[in-house]
Amino acid sequence: MSDELQNKENSRRKFLRYGLLAGAGAVAGHTLLKATTPEPEAGSGEMVKVLTTDGKLVEIPKSAMKAGDAFFIDREEARKGIPNRKFVMVIDLAKCANARACTEACQKGHHLPASQEFMRVYLMQDGKNTAPYWFPKPCYHCDKPQCVSVCPVGATYKRTDGIVLVDNERCIGCKFCMTGCPYSARVFAWEHYPEYDVDVPYSPETSVPGQEGTVSKCDFCPDLLRVGKLPYCASACPMGVIYFGDMYEDIVTNGSETVRFSELIRDRGGYTHMGNLGTKPSVYYLPPVNRQFPVDRGFDGLDPEIAARYDKTPYVQKKKNQQ
Amino acid sequence: MSKPFEYSAPKLEEFTHDIEHTSRRWLLWVLLLVCIIGLGIFALVMQIVKGHVITGMRDNVVWGIYIVNFVFLMGVSYAGALLSGSLQLFRTKWRGPILRFAELITIISLCIGPLYILLCIGRLDRLPFLLMYPRIQSPITWDVIAISTDLVGCFIFLWMALLRDIARLRDKADLRVPRWRKAVYRFLALNYQDTPEQRKRLKFTKDVMAAMIIAIAIIVYSVLAWIFSLTLQPGWDSTIFGPYFVIAAVYSGTGVLIVLMAIYRKIYRLERYITRKHFVHVGIVLMVLAMFFAYFTFSEYLTRWYGQKEVDGRYLSHLYNDYFWLFIFANYISILAPIIVIGIPRFRSIKTIVTVAVISVVGLWLNRYLIIVPTLEVPYLPIQDTREAWVDYQGTWVELLLSIGGIGSVALLFTLFGKLVPPLDVSEMEDIEAEMLEKEKKLVNA
Repeated sequence: MSDELQNKENSRRKFLRYGLLAGAGAVAGHTLLKATTPEPEAGSGEMVKVLTTDGKLVEIPKSAMKAGDAFFIDREEARKGIPNRKFVMVIDLAKCANARACTEACQKGHHLPASQEFMRVYLMQDGKNTAPYWFPKPCYHCDKPQCVSVCPVGATYKRTDGIVLVDNERCIGCKFCMTGCPYSARVFAWEHYPEYDVDVPYSPETSVPGQEGTVSKCDFCPDLLRVGKLPYCASACPMGVIYFGDMYEDIVTNGSETVRFSELIRDRGGYTHMGNLGTKPSVYYLPPVNRQFPVDRGFDGLDPEIAARYDKTPYVQKKKNQQ
Repeated sequence: MSKPFEYSAPKLEEFTHDIEHTSRRWLLWVLLLVCIIGLGIFALVMQIVKGHVITGMRDNVVWGIYIVNFVFLMGVSYAGALLSGSLQLFRTKWRGPILRFAELITIISLCIGPLYILLCIGRLDRLPFLLMYPRIQSPITWDVIAISTDLVGCFIFLWMALLRDIARLRDKADLRVPRWRKAVYRFLALNYQDTPEQRKRLKFTKDVMAAMIIAIAIIVYSVLAWIFSLTLQPGWDSTIFGPYFVIAAVYSGTGVLIVLMAIYRKIYRLERYITRKHFVHVGIVLMVLAMFFAYFTFSEYLTRWYGQKEVDGRYLSHLYNDYFWLFIFANYISILAPIIVIGIPRFRSIKTIVTVAVISVVGLWLNRYLIIVPTLEVPYLPIQDTREAWVDYQGTWVELLLSIGGIGSVALLFTLFGKLVPPLDVSEMEDIEAEMLEKEKKLVNA
């Protein structure tokens, strides 16, 4: 327990140092804090610095942070976004070996059934003579999100910090956003899955618990960002494929390496996927050059069900024909 | 000197028997329809209890047969509005026996159609949100506004069209119907007394409404097309979808009208009023619309095919490989059949015209299916999945029962309307006859 706490604290500190700490005291969270945490206990008066939603750095007792990191952000507050942030993700395709740790961590963190994946890994091949590569695909949190435009009830919205969220208490389940999204980023709850039976209050920032008959998707884990942590996928990836950070501060990190966003994009030829559709994604890709693994490594140890997903791709077909 | 059109107006008395008497066959028919609708309701309850997982829809094909039915029925309704509106406005000579069918098609399919969009909605309990938190950016909000306007407009138009017949039924002292039904007539007749002043006013208002529902129907159906074409999906993001859908709608509705004419003709023995001439006239409308529809279809697919955008190529090869026969039937046979059969005078008979009308209606439904389902099976990022239902859409028993239930509801509404009013617009037909007699007199005098 204390080790875990220590780890948490370390990664938090690191995050803090790079200015990614996003703050805990949203207005709602603030009142909740007041209500649930007493004055700092004698002897354990260690204080941590957090950023409030209005951008002030305040000190709160560490014991308050311990409350499951759960600074509960209600539905109204979740529409506002964390001030002075513009979140961005960079996915380094040269490093991805389809370990699927991102998907699994995401599903666990969001209490999703196996049939619902916010993060999917595609086996991509752009042309007949181009090399195949692994392609993790979260929601792109577009700056011109088609899904938000078409929603008839404002259940899905764009925040000031660039995050596109879904309010599952508002969603009527018309699925128009799913046809509106050109990246197939959204999933629908076709039934009530046992994974949804979690006894926590619903917040659009956590997307937990899921609700039958509504649409959900990758949320960039704003609940973790508020406490200075990386999203589940970024911290789970063993290869450090996924960088996450703040466009305003021009910094992204994958947990072990922290770099300037603009330099990374400049030096490594970063691009957005199908940006030609005018959606202005917040997720960037670094092209799969100087790869660390051959593409076949991605098939190692895959569950047969998962491996079969790629059966119809030109690459796998070609390989099968050669055998 | 031959009359321009040979018919005499029917008398109200010819139909009162059907309105007064309920035969055992009628009751059995209604019972059958209620059973069919009951099955649909059962499927709906199961869908609500067990979740949408019991339908064939999944994350890629999020809209299936329900939306196809919705688009189809709305199209039929729109066609009815356009046909009855223009027949009324242009004072088409042969409109008499067709008017009422067109009006009934409009209102009945408009009542059932929107129910299908509700079947796609995951959380029916949150339906009021559409009005509580509307966002005007969303084409669905446009649709909510458009369809409700259309419903109101079409109801008013239908009511006005029925008004004179209803007033006459109310005034018919020897009409042997229960008291409550007389009360219904009294209420629906709105104290209309058929004075010259009232008649003039009604005629004027009906013209205004006819013009309005033509416009409303065009807007409604275009909005419906925009639900698809405003997305970025390959196969949907087409600039001609608005007019293409409008033409397709009138085309399918005209087909339905012909089928309905045949059915009513048989059931109510209207051979004297609905003649081959009527079938030929509506048939020619169907043929012309088939040509327009062919032109739009050709233009749409040519544009996608010629450019060979990668994703369009994938979409078209999916259509040609996995939906080959459906595609051939929907976009070749069902278009060519009416053009050939009605286009060549020798082939024209009531039977052949009704047959090609049935073919065109089925083809149109399939055309909708081909626009909606295969498109969703070919997203920008090719589907990589092992779950069959996630890759290819296949409607389940739930969708089947609810589709049949929809047909049952449409049939039931037609049946019930048959107990309320005569199948022909008796008053209007009398007017037309009087008009024609007058014209003839003038001609003779000249």
